[in-house]
Amino acid sequence: MKPVYLVLQRLMLAASMLLLLTLSAVAQAPAPVAPAAPKLDSGDTAWMLTSMALVLMMTVPGLALFYGGMVRKMNVLATVMQSFTVTCLVTVLWIVIGYSFAFTPGSPFLGGTSRFLLYGMTLESVNDLAKTIPESVYMCFQMTFAIITPALICGAFADRMKFSAFLWFIGLWSLCVYCPIAHFVWGPDGFLNEAGVLDFAGGTVVHINSGFAGLMAALVMGRRRGYATEPMPPHNLVLSVIGASLLWVGWFGFNAGSATAANGNAGMAMAVTQIATATAALAWMFAEWIVKGKPSVLGIISGAVAGLVAITPASGFVDPRGALIIGVAAGAICYWAATGLKHALRYDDSLDAFGVHGVGGMVGAVLTGVLAVAWVGGEGKSGLIDGNPHQVLVQLYGITVTVVYDVVVSLILLKLVDLTVGLRVDAEVEREGLDLALHGEAVQ
Amino acid sequence: MKKIEAIIKPFKLEEVKNALHEVGITGMTVSEVKGFGRQKGHTEVYRGAEYVIDFLPKLKVEVVLDDAIVERAVQAIEDSARTDKIGDGKIFVLQVEQAIRIRTGEQGADAV
Repeated sequence: MKPVYLVLQRLMLAASMLLLLTLSAVAQAPAPVAPAAPKLDSGDTAWMLTSMALVLMMTVPGLALFYGGMVRKMNVLATVMQSFTVTCLVTVLWIVIGYSFAFTPGSPFLGGTSRFLLYGMTLESVNDLAKTIPESVYMCFQMTFAIITPALICGAFADRMKFSAFLWFIGLWSLCVYCPIAHFVWGPDGFLNEAGVLDFAGGTVVHINSGFAGLMAALVMGRRRGYATEPMPPHNLVLSVIGASLLWVGWFGFNAGSATAANGNAGMAMAVTQIATATAALAWMFAEWIVKGKPSVLGIISGAVAGLVAITPASGFVDPRGALIIGVAAGAICYWAATGLKHALRYDDSLDAFGVHGVGGMVGAVLTGVLAVAWVGGEGKSGLIDGNPHQVLVQLYGITVTVVYDVVVSLILLKLVDLTVGLRVDAEVEREGLDLALHGEAVQ
Repeated sequence: MKKIEAIIKPFKLEEVKNALHEVGITGMTVSEVKGFGRQKGHTEVYRGAEYVIDFLPKLKVEVVLDDAIVERAVQAIEDSARTDKIGDGKIFVLQVEQAIRIRTGEQGADAV
């Protein structure tokens, strides 16, 4: 059996390298990132240094606690281990080649290799996408987005994935899905960028992306043993509240930081983020109160996260009134997606990666096309209410491309990892709990 | 020697403990347990998923004591633990074969 395993592993590596090379082969001769000419701004730089730390905090410990509290006690360590490990693994992949693939000029589909191992990044160099801050800061800031996206996917396959399979899948996904899509939408020559898709801080790149990958993982791996028959209540919602709160605070780095400057755009992004989050939290809370009879803690924090997700693509383009609308829509629609839709279709997206991030991301991306106003986002960045209904179609185009690429490549990667390493833990391990079996530890 | 096992509602612990003190009992063991009899459970809802939880939190009070005071102890527990609502609990009386105090090695009545 072992030799076959090794052959298949090598084939898998070769296949993913081939995919990446194909994408970058469409490149013209890669132009080096322009040497710094505009002066670095200390205000912008200070803010972006801070933003990076805030967004990192969103994953560790924000997401770790948010998810950790929601699983059963016997799996809490395995769950937080996933968030922490993603942080470490993606950091390394990012600096080796991820940043280069995502954020340097290359082709409309993938960046070049000019920043392999960050060679060429100096104390003075800048990325043309953010000329007033050092490239090191920009690179780190974008790294934290690359980190949280695969970390979000973990919510879909909680309680049942092998750790080795998880490492393989996350590593490959981050290079084969995250980097290309980040390049499509944000890369200087990315084709979705050129098409005018508006995504300020990652509604498509982060949320729709992770949401659909999560859904694919949930479908490929199947439901947890005992799902829908045995009770699996969250073991400690206090942890989840702490996690959600850290996500909320950190998200100001995510959205306001995506302005890559300390200015009015960042300020407005902060304002609309706060408005949409609070509104969505209330919307979910009231929806649940009406439908189920009690407003729950899990409900209000989920609503807040749904609002954060939906405002993400819109945060640099909409005004406070738009934020209110996005909040109400996200709260109500994501409540339905995480309850009614999930139970009707009977898939086990354990922690609602799809229901909150996939659906919330789509709600936000479409509403960006509706509610974008030029006085916030700048000339040419208008939506339906500002006289440019075409933007809605452009947004739908961006969503479709992202979903199709994400779903296809994620499925391929999932199947590859399943065939070589095996995605799911044994029945015995799943019953007894992942913490002891996978990590040799338990919370007493 | 007898052992009393009493399943009571958790908030009644202080009252039961004081009532037992008054009949001369100074030692007891308490554990957190789950159970149900005729009292209905409750429903918890997490993101639309409803779980019916049959088991309710209770406390088990265990006392080993001389035959002479069993009746008064049982009465003390009954009176202090009762709320007249379903779920008040039950008291069981068991025979004990031997009791030993670990520190001194005393046995029987001297050990309780």
